[in-house]
Amino acid sequence: MRAILQPRHRSALVFLAGLALFTLCVTVAAHFGLVSTSFVKTLGKTLCLCLAALAMDLIWGYAGILSLGHMAFFALGGYMIGMWLMYARTEEIVIASLLNGGLPATPEEISQGIATQIFGVVGASDLPAIWGFAHSLPLQLTLVVALPGLLALVFGWLAFRSRVTGVYLSILTQAMTLALALYLFQNDSGLRGNNGLSGLQNLPGVTAGQDTVSVWFFWASALALALAYVALHSIVSGKFGSVIRAIRDDEARVRFLGYSVESYKLFAFTLTAVICALAGALYYPQAGIVNPAELAPIASIYLAVWAAIGGRGRLYGAVIGAAVVSLLSSWFTGGRVPSIPLGFATINWVDWWQVLLGLTFVLVTLFAPKGIGGLFDRLAGVHAPDRKGAPLGPDDGSLQEKEAQE
Amino acid sequence: MSTLLEVSGVTVSFDGFRAINNLTFAIGPAELRAIIGPNGAGKSTFMDIVTGKTRPDSGSVSFGEKPVSLLRMSEAQIARAGVGRKFQRPTVFEDQTVSENLTLALKAGRSPWAVLGWSKTGVDDERILALAVQVGLGDSLGRKAGILSHGQKQWLEIAMLLAQEPRLLLVDEPAAGMTLAEREKTTELLVEIAKTRAVVVVEHDMEFVRRLDCRVTVLHEGAVLAEGSLDHVTKNQAVIDVYLGRG
Repeated sequence: MRAILQPRHRSALVFLAGLALFTLCVTVAAHFGLVSTSFVKTLGKTLCLCLAALAMDLIWGYAGILSLGHMAFFALGGYMIGMWLMYARTEEIVIASLLNGGLPATPEEISQGIATQIFGVVGASDLPAIWGFAHSLPLQLTLVVALPGLLALVFGWLAFRSRVTGVYLSILTQAMTLALALYLFQNDSGLRGNNGLSGLQNLPGVTAGQDTVSVWFFWASALALALAYVALHSIVSGKFGSVIRAIRDDEARVRFLGYSVESYKLFAFTLTAVICALAGALYYPQAGIVNPAELAPIASIYLAVWAAIGGRGRLYGAVIGAAVVSLLSSWFTGGRVPSIPLGFATINWVDWWQVLLGLTFVLVTLFAPKGIGGLFDRLAGVHAPDRKGAPLGPDDGSLQEKEAQE
Repeated sequence: MSTLLEVSGVTVSFDGFRAINNLTFAIGPAELRAIIGPNGAGKSTFMDIVTGKTRPDSGSVSFGEKPVSLLRMSEAQIARAGVGRKFQRPTVFEDQTVSENLTLALKAGRSPWAVLGWSKTGVDDERILALAVQVGLGDSLGRKAGILSHGQKQWLEIAMLLAQEPRLLLVDEPAAGMTLAEREKTTELLVEIAKTRAVVVVEHDMEFVRRLDCRVTVLHEGAVLAEGSLDHVTKNQAVIDVYLGRG
């Protein structure tokens, strides 16, 4: 117990308490109908985005790898769970409609019916081979983790082994997500082209209404965020965190200490890809639809912007950044913010929100490199004296920097 | 005498320029050796080759009693085999505390899984404190390395090297930017370390080399020009011509 109450774990405890309180409030509010179902969904989705931002903070804020492709793993996670949701849901409908015909349906009729239902929209009537596991929830859940994890492992191995770093790695990750998006846009990719997978909010075999299901997913998202936070906190506050921060600051030096820098990068890259995939698997059933536009490079850039605005190199910073920016974004783009007439022009926030976001990003980068998370440091008064070890005052007897830190 | 490190017939060219030209060098398991030479003599390239940063065009580098070739190993593998390197500029992790810096260097499993499962024991704490005390940083364990003075950073880096428990230490200009008192302390430290392991010191400063009181290898144009005691090499006419005569 005493080990958990150490000062270095304080931020995690505060975060968990805050998340628990937030979850409780939303649950109570939803129960008494104080908030709409769609708002509960928005909050649940926001928690999933926070989870992705948490992963982004590990890979960028701690390991120093600016990946601009992590939302590809997020969307792939969504696709993997979406395949099962869509298949199982369509199966229910097909069986029900065939029953109306009077005779019990044969398995061939059922699978033909499912294929026609799902792929009629792209002019196909056969189930592609990649849907081979879609009938089974456990298999498809395994794929949620395995497919993005394997992709990250192979991509990362190739990139890190060749010692691609910095901006070149960022460009490479952008290319990866763009290539995947372009592939998925094709109708014969086997995932319904630009239609994507839809109707994901309907859980097969569940009769409860969306108002109940939305709260379930909200809880699941909050739980996933809490578990991931605890896991990542224990990783970054230990020696592993020390190693990856050292890699961020001077990777050549870390090599000469005997650490295989490439394996650490690969580990962090794959772990964060898996976390993003899990976040996506929770996000898209709440969003209801996943399509290739979700893999567009801009989505991953947003992820980086959230982490930067929230504050890199501290886990709660990324979560705060994702929550604040994505909630503000849905508020501004929801069309309910009054426009500002300037006489010669009108500021319509739906259009101008992106300008405001871009401006905020530039300002934060220039003037508050520690982001919103840095404000907490300032509030807590933990700004270390930065006099490079020199005495704080002119006299030998005055307060020394070392004392001021204690 | 047995040798710990044996470099023989090594040649490296960069764009046609021969930085190292048929260099042969050997050092025993508990020996202090100074390498001197004018700028561009190949001192840093020599260290790069031994630590795996640069691959030679030809020649061999073998290490240990049952000699293994270092040429096929990565930097990290060479470091794990027991070669430690101190750079000219102090390179410590400024954003982390002295204690964290030493923990990183402490001899332990280096794979991601081993590091994930690692937790600090009382023995580790004692070892870290002992190392910090040895280099005069005993009361600075909780301070960030970035706020240490230049000399203190140099020592922290030396302590990190010791924490690695290497069998061969390559030290690049340890006295650069140090005050006289700091230099004396550094000399003592290096002589002490060389009682149990091999230490190669690359240095410009003749006074510092004299205080080390050890065998000296003079490099010039990527090859060994002379080797022996400092008095011996400073009497060598070729050495005087290319190096000492200028200053």
